[in-house]
Amino acid sequence: MEKILEVKNLSVSFNTHDGEVQAVRDISFDLHKGETLAIVGESGSGKSVTTKALMKLLPEPQGFIKNGEIMFENEDIVKKNEKQMQKVRGKDLAMIFQDPMTSLNPTMKVGTQVMEGLIRHRNMNKQQAREKAIEILKLVKIPEPEIRMKQYPHQFSGGMRQRVMIAIALACDPKILIADEPTTALDVTIQAQILDIMKDIQAETNTSIIFITHDLGVVANIADRVAVMYAGKIIEIGTVDELFYNPKHPYTWGLLGSMPTLDSSEEELFAIPGTPPDLLYPPKGDAFAPRNEFALKIDYEEQPPMFKVSDTHYAATWLMDPKAPAISPPPSVQKRMQADKAKKGVLK
Amino acid sequence: MIEDQREKLVEVKNLKQHFKTGRKTIVKAIDGLTFEIYKGETFGLVGESGCGKSTTGRSIIRLYEATDGEVLFKGKNVQGKKNKKDLKDFNRQMQMIFQDPYSSLNPRMKVLDIVAEGLDVHGLVNSKEERKNRVYELLETVGLNKQHASRYPHEFSGGQRQRLGIARALAVDPEFIIADEPISALDVSIQAQVVNLLKKLQKEKNLTYLFIAHDLSMVKYISDRIGVMYFGNLVELADSEELYKNPLHPYTKSLLSAIPLPDPDHERTRKRIQYDPEAYGSNENRSFQEVKPGHWVLCNEEELAEYQGAALT
Repeated sequence: MEKILEVKNLSVSFNTHDGEVQAVRDISFDLHKGETLAIVGESGSGKSVTTKALMKLLPEPQGFIKNGEIMFENEDIVKKNEKQMQKVRGKDLAMIFQDPMTSLNPTMKVGTQVMEGLIRHRNMNKQQAREKAIEILKLVKIPEPEIRMKQYPHQFSGGMRQRVMIAIALACDPKILIADEPTTALDVTIQAQILDIMKDIQAETNTSIIFITHDLGVVANIADRVAVMYAGKIIEIGTVDELFYNPKHPYTWGLLGSMPTLDSSEEELFAIPGTPPDLLYPPKGDAFAPRNEFALKIDYEEQPPMFKVSDTHYAATWLMDPKAPAISPPPSVQKRMQADKAKKGVLK
Repeated sequence: MIEDQREKLVEVKNLKQHFKTGRKTIVKAIDGLTFEIYKGETFGLVGESGCGKSTTGRSIIRLYEATDGEVLFKGKNVQGKKNKKDLKDFNRQMQMIFQDPYSSLNPRMKVLDIVAEGLDVHGLVNSKEERKNRVYELLETVGLNKQHASRYPHEFSGGQRQRLGIARALAVDPEFIIADEPISALDVSIQAQVVNLLKKLQKEKNLTYLFIAHDLSMVKYISDRIGVMYFGNLVELADSEELYKNPLHPYTKSLLSAIPLPDPDHERTRKRIQYDPEAYGSNENRSFQEVKPGHWVLCNEEELAEYQGAALT
């Protein structure tokens, strides 16, 4: 598949009173055309910071890209200045934020906010922009768009506002849509609607989506590929099937195990003990080692490289090393793997 | 039947909670709600935002004065005027854990004083030494340690703060705890920790929980019985297994079909059921009926027959 975005060895840091917080530490990934890549991780794992770096929306000067490149259409986004970025932002790269309540301008009519990008990036006049805006609002299934255009954000419900946000993001036919927890603040029924809309639009426009979330259910629903982040690093990346049915990293096991499935009746949920490390002082070895019951000695000494599982599946854990002892994943994960094998009829 | 042998701890009878939002407009947050919570069980309350589930919790613990109806705790009415002694007695038996672990702890108080506040109010400890030891004990119960007692809330992570909220609620040895979305502000891996803790405490102390949440898979996991709320009223109530296997009300069906599961194969084949409130019509001729033992649905006569038929198969 055609690569549309290549992130290479990206590191992002923040200067704080206490020192440098290394929020993102040396991550690399590609985004293909027309696919949805989900980035999952806990708060503070660096998933939002990564996307802010892609858009160059880091709060400067405290937050800065320390190292690495972000190649988009043969140009390095890292090297672009603010003026150049303004031409890319909203046009080629668009973003949907988590909170639909605060990311719309309360003093501007909704229609004007959708039209803004069209006038600016696509040189439309007001009339053209208005027509296009109505068309997009229809696309995100807002009823009576002509009337809704003239209303203010407070007259919209949460789900409707998130639709408006999607409409604004899609107005200029972006090549990449970055969605930072777009459904976290919404009810499950509304969430399902928004996810359906995003999938429909993707099928129509072939936009690539980077979807940030901490909800593995949402990931299973929308993603083609998944990257799991922990303490500023990507610790496992693969297709959605590989990640859910053949996870390799103990942290991924933990995440999958800590979510109850609807038919589970186990007495206790598998909980990952402890809390994530302080990225002011990132640990020397594998950042997950102190919370990992399978941690090896080397985990505390040296960071594991990305071990290859398949052409599309990589995991950063020393357990994958040929010298590592064979370890079987926790029962809930094994059950998941077996269920899948049984379904697909693959032996061994 | 079996139902009657269990002791009713909380009885909510035709509870109404209306809020005046303007001179003429009234928001009917809860409108004629009736249900019971048995001793030792976890009762889950689910529904979308604005359906009145949090208001229900708050009315039960007397944070709101009910507009109409009554809440009985161990047979005594919670609402209405009370003298100081009765009120204190009541407060000791019922505690609440709040959703937001950031705003529900006083940032200017040390953990020791936050947790001990209930002990002080109810005069449960006699000396400073005893007070301290009791707090240490509580912190250990919730998986924190002694050293934490001298710190301020801002020094804790979200999961740890929620543990503090639990320790504070446990301080007065309550029988009944209302947990209002106790885990929705936490990360997945931390959620499991807190849920496991709540389950462990329930077993040890024979607690009764009212667990309010919108995360349906977690609710199913922790609850014995679940009530589904929609616009200020229950539309369905059943044992949690039964509710998930055999949902009857169209709203419950749509709610269950909307939960994304961490299983890509399942997600690909999932059919979502839409709930259309207009097609369903008003609730005027509908009442809460027992379709089969323990499984209640809001329905009219016609639907009742249909549901009963469906429940038998």
